Amino acid sequence: MDILQLFVSGLANGCVYGLIALGFVLIYKATEAVNFAQGDFMMLGAFITLGLTNDQFWGLPFWISVPIAIASMGAFGYLLDMLVLRRMFGQSQVALIILTIALGFVLRFAAGAIWGHEPISLQSPIAGRDVRFGGLVLGLDEVWVIFVTIFLTVILYFYFNRTRLGVAMQAASQNQLAAYYMGIPVKRVHSLIWALSGMVAAVAGILFASKGSIDPSIGLLGIKAFAAAVIGGFGSLPGALLGGIIVGLIEPFASYYIAAGYSQIMPYLLLFLILVFRPHGILAQVHRKKV
Amino acid sequence: MRTVFKTSYDADIDYFRHGMHAFWYLALLLIMIVLPFLMSPFAIGEVTNVLIWSIAGMGIMLLVGQTGQASLGHAAFLAVGCYANVLLQNAGLPFILSFPLAGVIAGLAGVALAIPTTRLHGIYLAIATLAVSILADDLIVVAEPLTGGINGLLAPTIEIFGLPFDRYGTPGRFYWLVLLVTVLVVLAYRNIQRSPLGRSFAAVRDSEISAQAMGVNIARTKAVAFGLSTAITGLAGALMGHFAGIFNNETFTIIISIQLLLMIVIGGLGSIHGAFFGAIIVALLPQTISTLRDGLGDILGTTIRVPGMESAAFGAILILFILFEPMGIYGRWIKIRTYFQLFPFYRKDMFRRQKSYLKTERMR
Repeated sequence: MDILQLFVSGLANGCVYGLIALGFVLIYKATEAVNFAQGDFMMLGAFITLGLTNDQFWGLPFWISVPIAIASMGAFGYLLDMLVLRRMFGQSQVALIILTIALGFVLRFAAGAIWGHEPISLQSPIAGRDVRFGGLVLGLDEVWVIFVTIFLTVILYFYFNRTRLGVAMQAASQNQLAAYYMGIPVKRVHSLIWALSGMVAAVAGILFASKGSIDPSIGLLGIKAFAAAVIGGFGSLPGALLGGIIVGLIEPFASYYIAAGYSQIMPYLLLFLILVFRPHGILAQVHRKKV
Repeated sequence: MRTVFKTSYDADIDYFRHGMHAFWYLALLLIMIVLPFLMSPFAIGEVTNVLIWSIAGMGIMLLVGQTGQASLGHAAFLAVGCYANVLLQNAGLPFILSFPLAGVIAGLAGVALAIPTTRLHGIYLAIATLAVSILADDLIVVAEPLTGGINGLLAPTIEIFGLPFDRYGTPGRFYWLVLLVTVLVVLAYRNIQRSPLGRSFAAVRDSEISAQAMGVNIARTKAVAFGLSTAITGLAGALMGHFAGIFNNETFTIIISIQLLLMIVIGGLGSIHGAFFGAIIVALLPQTISTLRDGLGDILGTTIRVPGMESAAFGAILILFILFEPMGIYGRWIKIRTYFQLFPFYRKDMFRRQKSYLKTERMR
């Protein structure tokens, strides 16, 4: 039963990583850019919800502040792309990586200045309640996390493969110039995907904040989610979820069976090994570079 | 405008393009040498810090600016150099041996990392080196018997031929030591740039495919670039350890890695100048901000405390640079210089970048 309990809590953690990784992958899939500030997007989404919901701030009902937070993160993503990132159009990937790292610094500072650096917990109706399945005790928050993540992954997967806009997004990343010729508004598509990714980050943030207290530096969790995205295969939506769950499961089991100090290394060791032996992840999207 | 009349092919790879060029750099060197007589010990400490960061900057510049391989893991090699140097010194080796050995060890570590990772490109390489940086942080804690874990190690006083070099006891002498290392590294860097090796680095950076077509062994070149880059970074790490006096795993976190990469982008990728300009920004920014804050606090009559201000200011500066001056401070300087050299014939689009369109490598 111990093992099962570890498994479920790891699964819930892994789903949060998977959700953040989903944000990375969305942007990568549609724009070939990597958003190193994705963890900080999640942090911002969590803090907006917290600022709207908690009694010491605005005190709105939880189910009203959630859609507001998701919508405002979507708007944030759209405006960020429209006002800042569009100027970078055509520059190298590494320049964009550096820009998003710097953006992360600024967001962390802004959140700290507004909501303080002390850990705060979100007053969420799904926090701190238990659900029993037979002998297994699950937190209601964990159940929510797992279901929302799977639901979102499935929806986004079909969105990318079945809808017109989703296919347009893929086309825009595969060959920008050809996509222009086909009449795809590539710039607007980019802004839309950043908005979508901001919304996914907000959902991840709300779920993460329901599982425990948050402070502005939780954005660094993004690095772990990043590892998840790479392990699963960058550019693959189910891969992001798979990678997230793998990282989430390794953590509790490693700390259960391996000495402290070594256990926290495990996710990164796995990341490194994956990069060396299977550089494009478990569900690889790259076949061979063509000249 | 000056026209340099070249009379031999070697003129293309001379250290200096013309006489005045040489004159200005030698004048700069002379000023740097007499600096301890002109400045307070505190200011000399700050300048020493700038020089150490510049050495580290040149290390990562060789890899990122010259060879075009993004690395987010150079703090790990600062750590390797720092720990190797102090451990060798504690084992009884004199500094004059332990210091170059620390560089060699860091270089070998870099080659060891390069062998499995040279197949990776762009972001994948950045991620792999990021993982290395995080792993190094944890490994220092795990290898406690050797590294002292989170309690850290104390850097012993440097002694060369009986003369003590100490950051606090003899700041001027420590500064000259760092200056000497800086000059040697600059010379080495400049010579690498002029040699066939440096040209193969640039070829790999500009296009791997055409470099391969010209007969450059890509994997070997990348491995050599990694090794040289991490060796220089290791030397900087050894000096950093002595500058800090005491250090542990927290001295070399992933944040330092990121800062190193961001620093050379602000300075200007692909030039020695860029490493120095970036180091000036990084090393002096915290000091400037706290001075400004105290000044503002005095005017308003309160003490202002905003935690995390340094990294936010750093991030904001960086965003502005990437948006408006992607070539960094050195790029801006070249534009200004060209403007005056060509006056009044400078055109606005002279340094315009060629637009490129992305194509994915993913096929599904």
